[in-house]
Amino acid sequence: MAQNTGTPLVEMRDISISFGGIKAVDHVTVDLFPGEVVGLLGHNGAGKSTLIKILSGAYKADTGSIFVRGQKADIASPRDAKAYGIETIYQTLALADNVDAAANLFLGRELLTPWGTLDDVAMEAATRQVMGRLNPNFRKFKEPVKALSGGQRQSVAIARAIHFNAKILIMDEPTAALGPQETAQVGELIKQLKDDGIGIFLISHDLHDVFDLADRVSVMKNGKLVGSARTTDVSQDEVLGMIILGKCPPGATRGPGAISDAELAAVAHHA
Amino acid sequence: MSDQATARVGAPSGSPPQAKATSFLSAMEVDVRFMGMLCALAVIWIGFHILSGGTFLTPRNLWNLSVQTASIAVMATGMVLVIVTRNIDLSVGSVLGVTGMIMAVVQADYLTPTFGFDNPLVWMLTLGIGLIAGAMIGGVQGYVIAYMGVPAFIVTLGGLLVWRGAAWWVASGKTIPLTDNNFKLIGGGAEGAVGASWSWIICAVACALIAFVTWNARRQRTRFRFPLKPLWAEFTTVGVGIAAVVAATLVVNSYVLPPVLARRYAEANGIPLPADGSALAIPFGYAVPVLIAIGIGILMTFVATRTRFGRYVFAIGGNPEAAELAGINTRRVTMMIFALMGALAALGAAISTARLTSATNAQGSLDELYTIAAAVIGGTSLAGGAGTIAGAMLGALVMQSLQSGMVLLGMDTPLQNIVVGIVLVIAVWLDTMYRKRIR
Repeated sequence: MAQNTGTPLVEMRDISISFGGIKAVDHVTVDLFPGEVVGLLGHNGAGKSTLIKILSGAYKADTGSIFVRGQKADIASPRDAKAYGIETIYQTLALADNVDAAANLFLGRELLTPWGTLDDVAMEAATRQVMGRLNPNFRKFKEPVKALSGGQRQSVAIARAIHFNAKILIMDEPTAALGPQETAQVGELIKQLKDDGIGIFLISHDLHDVFDLADRVSVMKNGKLVGSARTTDVSQDEVLGMIILGKCPPGATRGPGAISDAELAAVAHHA
Repeated sequence: MSDQATARVGAPSGSPPQAKATSFLSAMEVDVRFMGMLCALAVIWIGFHILSGGTFLTPRNLWNLSVQTASIAVMATGMVLVIVTRNIDLSVGSVLGVTGMIMAVVQADYLTPTFGFDNPLVWMLTLGIGLIAGAMIGGVQGYVIAYMGVPAFIVTLGGLLVWRGAAWWVASGKTIPLTDNNFKLIGGGAEGAVGASWSWIICAVACALIAFVTWNARRQRTRFRFPLKPLWAEFTTVGVGIAAVVAATLVVNSYVLPPVLARRYAEANGIPLPADGSALAIPFGYAVPVLIAIGIGILMTFVATRTRFGRYVFAIGGNPEAAELAGINTRRVTMMIFALMGALAALGAAISTARLTSATNAQGSLDELYTIAAAVIGGTSLAGGAGTIAGAMLGALVMQSLQSGMVLLGMDTPLQNIVVGIVLVIAVWLDTMYRKRIR
């Protein structure tokens, strides 16, 4: 297990963003160390996806700063994020449905021939290689990705994230569209990537998944951080309490979104 | 499923075939949609030939048809990219009008007086200025669409009025005749055709190119040990391509100059007249505008399929959000598409102005609709993300065939419009059905 000493691979410090007066993310601080998996948990609308979209360059934070390996990082676009080795698997997969797997894999980073034209053959070769590792039964290299099954599409999105030597990987519900067998495959892949020293933010609704794979969890509620904890220090029930009530258990580091003892007593009284 | 065909697809070790050849057509990797359009075109041609009592499929009519199609075909190649990115350009007809007017005025008032009659610089500068003007007009519209967030429909609807007005304003509503004879060659006509020998040279080059492209693609796939098309399929594809090129060359070369023009041409070029007094046969060959259109078609196909820009255009059309998240500068690409469309409209203007040998302020009226119709009949999906350059050019040919066929039959203009309108709707309906079936 990764030791959380030294400089974190990535640290998002005091991040806030609001949309039309609603604070989607409110002074949240999270960090990630090399070879570590951090699960981001929370209800729908808790602000998890928004938070990671700030890291991946899709949104620009109103306040707060991002540090990559201790250096302040200026991430204004997805391209900037990729330059820092931050790759993202979006919940929506973000695939262009009308082009094939290779075109999606290299979208924005196409391989070119010496004449400056697209080197489709080389891209297809690379795609065959990486897909062979992720999904050995995959054959539809020439078809637009809309012709693929949910699992196949997911593996294209994962292939895109891991092909470019990511240092930091963001996975937003990576197993949402997958069957049990493929889910297990993704679990194996995460362990493998962890061993390579890659840091992973894992967003998932499935508490069991997160407990299996994550070293730490950070829980968000209403845009605020309830708290962070090592998965060995808290039980699943306690984490559930964090998600639903915002109740921070003793094993966790308290965040600004945690409910106070007085409020908790009031809730308990009502119940 | 045919076992024979399956066995023919040789699978090199390590990379099994991704698609089993289930039929003759799939082994040939033929675009079924494109074949369907060719069949529709054949039906239209043969139908008109029979109805018109054998005047449609004559070298003369086909040659004229090819020249009439050129301007719309050039613009349709750009419209494909516009529509693929889920935009529309309603201003192309007006942009054609204003750039045609700009070129005519610049040529008549400034270039010819400066450089003298038929100086080669005149046609080059006229065309260059026209293309730059078109690209700038398109670029401005693209900027408003991409960076200021005004829908393309509105911006180009505004452009339709603005540039038509500008065309009137440039020449105060006058018709401006062209002064440069070299420039007029761009429009075709007896002089604006390359003649028999050049047509055969172009034919030979085209055939060699078809063979080379096919061979090169196969070599690349062999290098990476990808599944290959069966050899017989490659040979059939190349054979059909070469046969089509040779047939087209035969047609344009069998359309000969009318006797009066032929005699003048012979005198000008020192060709002896036949001693027995029989008519001199001097073939037209390919018309210059047709060669321009084909050249643009090849260039735009290259841009759409072999360059980053083209890849981004299709990715944006498929999923704009994904393209953005992949780090593509979607706004810049959108602006460039409209600038390109503007330049192509200017080229269309050069062709149609040169064909009429003058610029009028009504020139290109309704061309936006024909251009959009050509792209849509050619399989460009208005929902975005799908379309081919070749399809759009074929669509332009289908539209023009219908129109000139109806003219041959002596149909009234209102009736012609009714038929074209109905055909457009039917074509899109058929396409919708086809897309539903393959999904």
